[in-house]
Amino acid sequence: MTVARILAAAALPVLLALPAPSQAQAPLAAQGCLGCHGPNGAGMGPVPAIAGRDRAELAAMLAAFRANERPGTIMGRIARGYTDAEIAAVSEYFATRR
Amino acid sequence: MHANLTRRAVLATTAALIATPRIGRAQASAGLVIIGGGFGGASAARFARLTYPWLNVTLVEPRARFITCPYSNLVLAGRREIEQITHGYEGLRARGITIVQDWAAAIDPAARSVRLQGGNTLNYDKLILSPGIAIRWGALAGYDEAAAELMPHAWIQADGAQTALLRRQLSAMPDGGVVGMAIPGNPFRCPPGPYERISMIAEYLKRAKPRSKILALDAKDAFSKQGLFQDGWRALYGEMIEWVPGNRDGRVTRVDPRERVLETEFGTKHKVDVANVIPPQSAARIAIDAGLADNTGWVPVNPKTFEARNAPNIHVVGDANNGAPMPKSGYVANNTAKQAVAAAAAALRGEPVPEAVYFNTCYSHVGPDYGISIVGIYRASDTAFTEVPNSGGVSPRGDHPEQRRQEALYADAWYDSITRDMFA
Repeated sequence: MTVARILAAAALPVLLALPAPSQAQAPLAAQGCLGCHGPNGAGMGPVPAIAGRDRAELAAMLAAFRANERPGTIMGRIARGYTDAEIAAVSEYFATRR
Repeated sequence: MHANLTRRAVLATTAALIATPRIGRAQASAGLVIIGGGFGGASAARFARLTYPWLNVTLVEPRARFITCPYSNLVLAGRREIEQITHGYEGLRARGITIVQDWAAAIDPAARSVRLQGGNTLNYDKLILSPGIAIRWGALAGYDEAAAELMPHAWIQADGAQTALLRRQLSAMPDGGVVGMAIPGNPFRCPPGPYERISMIAEYLKRAKPRSKILALDAKDAFSKQGLFQDGWRALYGEMIEWVPGNRDGRVTRVDPRERVLETEFGTKHKVDVANVIPPQSAARIAIDAGLADNTGWVPVNPKTFEARNAPNIHVVGDANNGAPMPKSGYVANNTAKQAVAAAAAALRGEPVPEAVYFNTCYSHVGPDYGISIVGIYRASDTAFTEVPNSGGVSPRGDHPEQRRQEALYADAWYDSITRDMFA
């Protein structure tokens, strides 16, 4: 394998790996969800999956938890700690997860 | 060999692709060294590897396996075995993290290097230090390493021997015996932990030795989730548990391990059958030796980056830092370690530090199908951590059996989720 071919083979994963970090990674607010909702938000036992759900549905759920309009054990206490922008970013992020 | 060649080619390509004036070849393969493979360190390593592929990540941890403090109280209850709360580093190694099984002996902040007990030295661009706690031997008169073999603390897991010892002592105790606990003043690792431990020992005693008592001697006048715990104790264990606050002479100041006596501030001597002494603590020794801690014994940090106040390239996460009002919890260590890594990565690339928001949930088991929780969301200024007003807080008090049952299940899901976020 020539050096050029090695570089060509290497270039694709590098390009995929290095977009602007803000696009590539979970918003840091979303990292807080992973301690209960499983890897990538795929759910864990009785804790529901949040990955791959509709963005607007997730945002509406979080807004309802925050407004105390949706029953839950702890999500109301959690949602009240986050801004509209964070709820939007977290919803957007998990909507794209599988 | 092939892997090395490819990696080198990738690094060279990386440097070319992101060749801005600030970023050269050295930064493209920057070295992140992490000391400590627990909730802070393992989480940092995995997050760094997944999020910043251009970082070389090295994790220094002396033990081949990590035993969690969370859920060790369930071992005392007889619900879990130590093996079920033990985790290996194979998953992190498979992701390309270099695992160095050695003891980090000293840090040289000026040289940006870590000296290992085995003789090698690691150089770093950024260091994540997550060393956990040390016990302040001697802070409690009579409580030294030898005493801990008779009166286990079971507050640092290491090889699991302390928890195993306490469990054996509980098994050997006759029905009708008294389990004494000494609980320290703030701050200490896992604020609700002593009270979950009281609960889990009570669960075991109620099942196996129902005439026994628990005498909890506390240096504090109040504790985390106090109302919820005490409601649960009354409902589940009746008169089994006596909790003595500091203002009623609960503060243990001296122990006699041979006589199994816990002595309080005003000289009351409590003779017990099993003694669990949770002693005063500080940041682990490496942080103290490196001069990072202040006179509180904990490391003051920049709330946005977790850099030690006097060592900008060393980010101190987990129980060793002073993160008040955030608790010294596994979830806080996991969550804040990610911000520390993000801040380190941003600094290496000349980018601004990402906006900080920190998250904690601590579940506690009170009895079978009976879980409670506390939640906190925190933000950072340049000088302080602040809890977001009107958010977080504890489970509702009162008669909510379905909520208690669900929270017990969610606690188990938390354990499975967060340990995957550390080790998978």
